[in-house]
Order: sequence, then C-alpha cells, then structure tokens
Amino acid sequence: MKQSRTAEADQLVEFYRRMVLIRKFELSADQMYKRAKVGGYCHLNLGEEASVVGLMDALRPTDYLFTNYRDHGYALMRGMDTGKVMAELFGKSTGVSKGRGGSMHLFDTEKRMLGGYGIVGGQIPPATGAALALTYRGAPGPDAEAVMCQMGDGTTNIGAFHESLNLAAVWSLPIVYVVINNRLGMGTTVEMAAGEPELYKRGASYRIPGVRADGGDVLAVRQAATEALDQARTERRPALLELMSYRLRGHSVVDPARYRSAADVETAQKADPVPALRAQLIADGTLTEKQAAAIETKVDGEVAAAVAFADAGPDPTPDQLFDYAYATPVPNAPTALPGERMVVLP
Amino acid sequence: MSTEADKTTLVTYRQALNDALRSEMSRDDKVILVGEEIGIFEGSYKITAGLLTEFGPERVRDTPIAEEGFVGAAIGAAMLGMRPVVEIMTLNFSLIAIDQIVNHAAKIYGMFGGQQSVPMVIRMPGGGGQQLAATHSQNLEVWYAHVPGLKVVAPSTPADAKALLLAAIRDDDPVIFLENLALYNTKGEVPAGDVPAEIGRAAVVKEGTDLTVIAYSRATTIAVEVARQMAEEGISVEVVDLRSLRPLDRPTICASVRKTGRAVVLEDDWLSYGIGAEISATLMEGAFDYLDAPVRRVAAAEVPLPYAKPLERRALPDAGDLRRVILELLDDTSFES
Repeated sequence: MKQSRTAEADQLVEFYRRMVLIRKFELSADQMYKRAKVGGYCHLNLGEEASVVGLMDALRPTDYLFTNYRDHGYALMRGMDTGKVMAELFGKSTGVSKGRGGSMHLFDTEKRMLGGYGIVGGQIPPATGAALALTYRGAPGPDAEAVMCQMGDGTTNIGAFHESLNLAAVWSLPIVYVVINNRLGMGTTVEMAAGEPELYKRGASYRIPGVRADGGDVLAVRQAATEALDQARTERRPALLELMSYRLRGHSVVDPARYRSAADVETAQKADPVPALRAQLIADGTLTEKQAAAIETKVDGEVAAAVAFADAGPDPTPDQLFDYAYATPVPNAPTALPGERMVVLP
Repeated sequence: MSTEADKTTLVTYRQALNDALRSEMSRDDKVILVGEEIGIFEGSYKITAGLLTEFGPERVRDTPIAEEGFVGAAIGAAMLGMRPVVEIMTLNFSLIAIDQIVNHAAKIYGMFGGQQSVPMVIRMPGGGGQQLAATHSQNLEVWYAHVPGLKVVAPSTPADAKALLLAAIRDDDPVIFLENLALYNTKGEVPAGDVPAEIGRAAVVKEGTDLTVIAYSRATTIAVEVARQMAEEGISVEVVDLRSLRPLDRPTICASVRKTGRAVVLEDDWLSYGIGAEISATLMEGAFDYLDAPVRRVAAAEVPLPYAKPLERRALPDAGDLRRVILELLDDTSFES
C-alpha cells in the first residue's frame, strides 16, 4: 500500500538515509583498513551519525565548516562525493585532497569544508579566523554566512580552545563551536580530564552561551544547531553547543577499546542512533520494513560504488611529489629526492 | 633617465617596514594587521606607528595575549581571502604559536592537495644584545627555515626590509619575516617606488675575490663593515647576504665560493645545527673542489644568553670574531695580499 507522508516524515526518512550512509561508509572504511587499502590513522563516526546529520543539515552551503580528524561523515554530509572521499582514504590522486591528506584531512573548497585537522584543537584558531574574515564581508543578518567548528570533548582542555573562544567573544564573531561529547578522549573520560565536565558551561568565562543537546536525536541536534547559527548570523555572537553522544568503537580502527566496561559498551549500543531511528520510523508507520531495507540496499550500492571508484583511481606518482610545494612559485625551492644532491654542479 | 622609482630616501629599517605596511594596506584592503599592542600602543617597537589612525581598528587589530589563538586566526582569515600580516612581539613568543605555524600554516596548501593557499605574513624580531636575558634574545630562525611549506626571509637593510615585506605580503604562502632588534634604528637608502624583492634570492652585497662571508640579517651588517675595513688592508672580501633562508639560494652561495675559494659563515644563531651548518653542507656539495680550506663558522656561543653585559657581549659573534676567523683562514691557506 502506498501511503503519502508528511513533509516532516519525509525529512526524517531522508535523515535516516544519511545516517545509514555514514554508518555503512564507516563500516566499509573499517573493512578497507583491515584489508590495508586504507593506511595511517582512521577515526570513525560510528555512533555519532545523528549528530553529524543534524549539524550538517543546519549548516547552509554558504557557511564554512572546520572539523577534527573524525571527519568522514561531515565530508559526506557537506555534499562531497562519496567515491572521492573513499579515494582519499585510499590515498589516490582522485581523492578529495588528491591523496595528500588521507582520512584525517578531507577538504573541499567549493563545499566550504575547510578541513579535517589531525592535530587536536588545531582547527579551532583557523575556524575562529575564518569567522573574523566574514566580518569584513558584510553586515550581520539572516542571510549572513557563519562558521561551524567541530571538535571532541577532550579538545576543550587545550589552550587553543580557550584562546579562540576568548577571541570570538571580544571580536563578536559569527561562529558556532560544537563539542561532540562521546565521553571519551581516546581512553580518558571527560570527568578525568575536565575541571568543568559539563562542557557547554565552559563558554561561561567568555560569556559565550552554551547549550547541551542529545546527540543521538537528529531533530534535537538540528534544532540546537540552527538556533546557534541564527544567533551567529543575525547577532554575530559566538555559541557553544555540546552534543551528548557515544562512540560505538575504539578511538580509531586499531583500538579495541579494552578500557571500556561491558556496561559502558552496552549503554553505547543501546543508544545507537541508527537502529533507534529505524525502529521509530517503522513503529510510527513512516516506513515499512521493506522500505527501510530498500534504503539500506541502495546505500550499500553507493558505498560499494565508492569503494570501486577508490580502487580504480590512480596512485599519485613520485614525479608529482613537489606539485604543491608552494602556491606562489619562487626560485631555489628544494626538489631533491632522498639521496639526490641539493646542488647540481654544472 | 631617472624616474620617480629610482629616487631613494635615507630611512631607518623601522620606517622602511612602516612604509611597506602603509603602502600595501593602501593598495589592497584585504591586507590587515593582527598582533599584540600594534594599534593604540603602535607596536612594542613602533613598527605600526600611525597605522591605527590611518586605517582604523578593524584593519589594525589589537589582540589579546594569545599567540596561538591569533596566529591561527590569521591562518583562517587568510583561507577566506584576507591577507593578514601578523606581528609577534618577538620571535621568542612565536614558540607559543608554533603548532599553528608548523602544523597548520605550513601544511594547509600541500596537505589538502593545493586547494587552499594561506597568504599570510608573520613578522617578528629576533636577536640578542639588548640585555633581555635568555628567553627574550633568541635566534630560532632555523626552526622555521627547516620546515617545507614556509618561506623565511631575513632582510639586513632598510631597502630589503621594504622590498621583502612587499613581496611577503603579495605572496600566497605563509612567510616568516624575520626582523632583528639591533637593526630597527639602522639607516639606509630606500627606493621611493614599491618594487617587491624576489623571495628565494640571495644578493652579493659586496664584491670581492679573496674570501666569501655568508650572512643574513644583523650579521650581514657586521660582515659588510668588516669587509670594508679589510679592503683597506688589501684583503678583498665578498659578502653574500642570504635574504631568504627558505628557499635558500644555493647557486649564488656556491658561485661566490667557487670564485673566492674560501668561505666563512657569520650567523647570530647557535652553532650546532644552525644556518651555517646548512651552508657548509651546501658548499661541500657545490664548491668542494674549489675550496682551499674547510668552511669556517662564526656563530653564537651555545648557552642561554646571559643578562650581564660582559657575558652577553662575549656570547654573541661580533666584528672582532669575524675578522679573526677571516685572518686565520687566510693564514691557513697561505694568503698573500
């Protein structure tokens, strides 16, 4: 039986599809890592799908995004091509950063995804400066651009976090700082690391209003992010948003997370937003089991195509090593390979 | 035919920097100044004097004491099309911002596959000799010169201070612009026009035939002075002013030493792993067969620079040290003038 759904229900179904895309992309990335197709560090958004989808739906194409290294889902939700994101994980020339950055360093100028950053907290001062640049572009208002800067809970202990919030406050910058509080900085709990473990309160020293929302509730996330962004656009006031979330796996794909108790793991699994939204949509009649399965199958196809695209892409070649040494070429830039002479005798 | 651009004026290194900043801010409204005490206070060393009045607080932006924060903010502003010129009060304080400089400014262009340039300048003075003691007197330029993705320039004259600052501001990469406390009051002829220098080129600032002294920043002024004195004694010293520490102009260095056959590096940084070590290695590759004797290095003594004047003076390389080493090297190679 074909039933017509409300726009709201349609929206939720679309959110479910996006969450499934992140989930399946991440599970695939994990597999590809284990098959040595992906190297280096690889951090997954598993368990944080509702937060990622809600945030990215609130962010407009004209806004700018800076994230930490747990950036795959954000890149996908920013509209970056699934295949090119996977290709970056594979280190291919066809990757979003041409194979120069890898998993932690996804970037797309056009989509205004200004980087995943591997250094904890490294993205916060540049994001703050991006918001500063926006103040030279025009007046605040409902159509003004804004910046979103995502980070993890452990990052709120770093100096750059506090320096940046202070700058945003004294300069009245249009930026929303988003803390994904998955309760663990690698293996360190928030309570072990933070003098004020209710992280949304940490903006108080800078008179930056803080809001805490349920990171597992995609609509609550979108609502909170939209409000914070509106405030940034219209009043040019920074905001701090804390999303309570869970990490389903280890810190990165190689971390078995043995430091977690069985009870903690069970809590995280119970809070898993993907099956939760699925169950909700089926329970309230928005989706049938068959329709849900069809969405999932379609996403499986998209992820499989992304892997195939990544696999087929060419590796960068050594002759391209110095291609992006400088944006403005200058004489005498070094181009010696290991063992080669820096000075070539005539 | 002489043109307006050929005219020169005698100004201080400080004034040359101030002129270059004013000129670039007038030319391009994307150029903003960012730093501690650069507006109302006009800069700790008055490099930004008058600019707040002329351009207003949005373009001459005083910051809180937060080097990591405001250097990083300048990176982000540059990513969105601004051309920030950051002043760090002294090079020593740049260590607080080094994650943003080395892990971010230097990486963003290459690491993201050439999608995003970071057109910014970080100006800061280094150098000892002012009785500021160990933490305020360092020459850590080699830390930055070591890092791909950065450009590092170190002008020694007012003319170069202006020309290299013009070039640095117009360059799309992050440029570390190294000033020196001892140079701010030095004077020199500066062309009236705005002609940027080429980053990556050294200059033979005094021609000679017997020996080459390679130097940069304050050390160049000492080298030129010693070369002039020695010319009167019949010793012809060539002085190569590096001007750019990254990229390093190896061909110019090697060409000079192939001509003279003798080389001395004068540098204000510490000897071990310093700029002179890199120059020496360069000459091993590019002038080995032309050298009459091993390269000599004249650098700072390897101690945290003491406050007391006699100790500070002895720790830093001076004209006497350079002169003595030149004479030793000439003696070792049986030089007769």
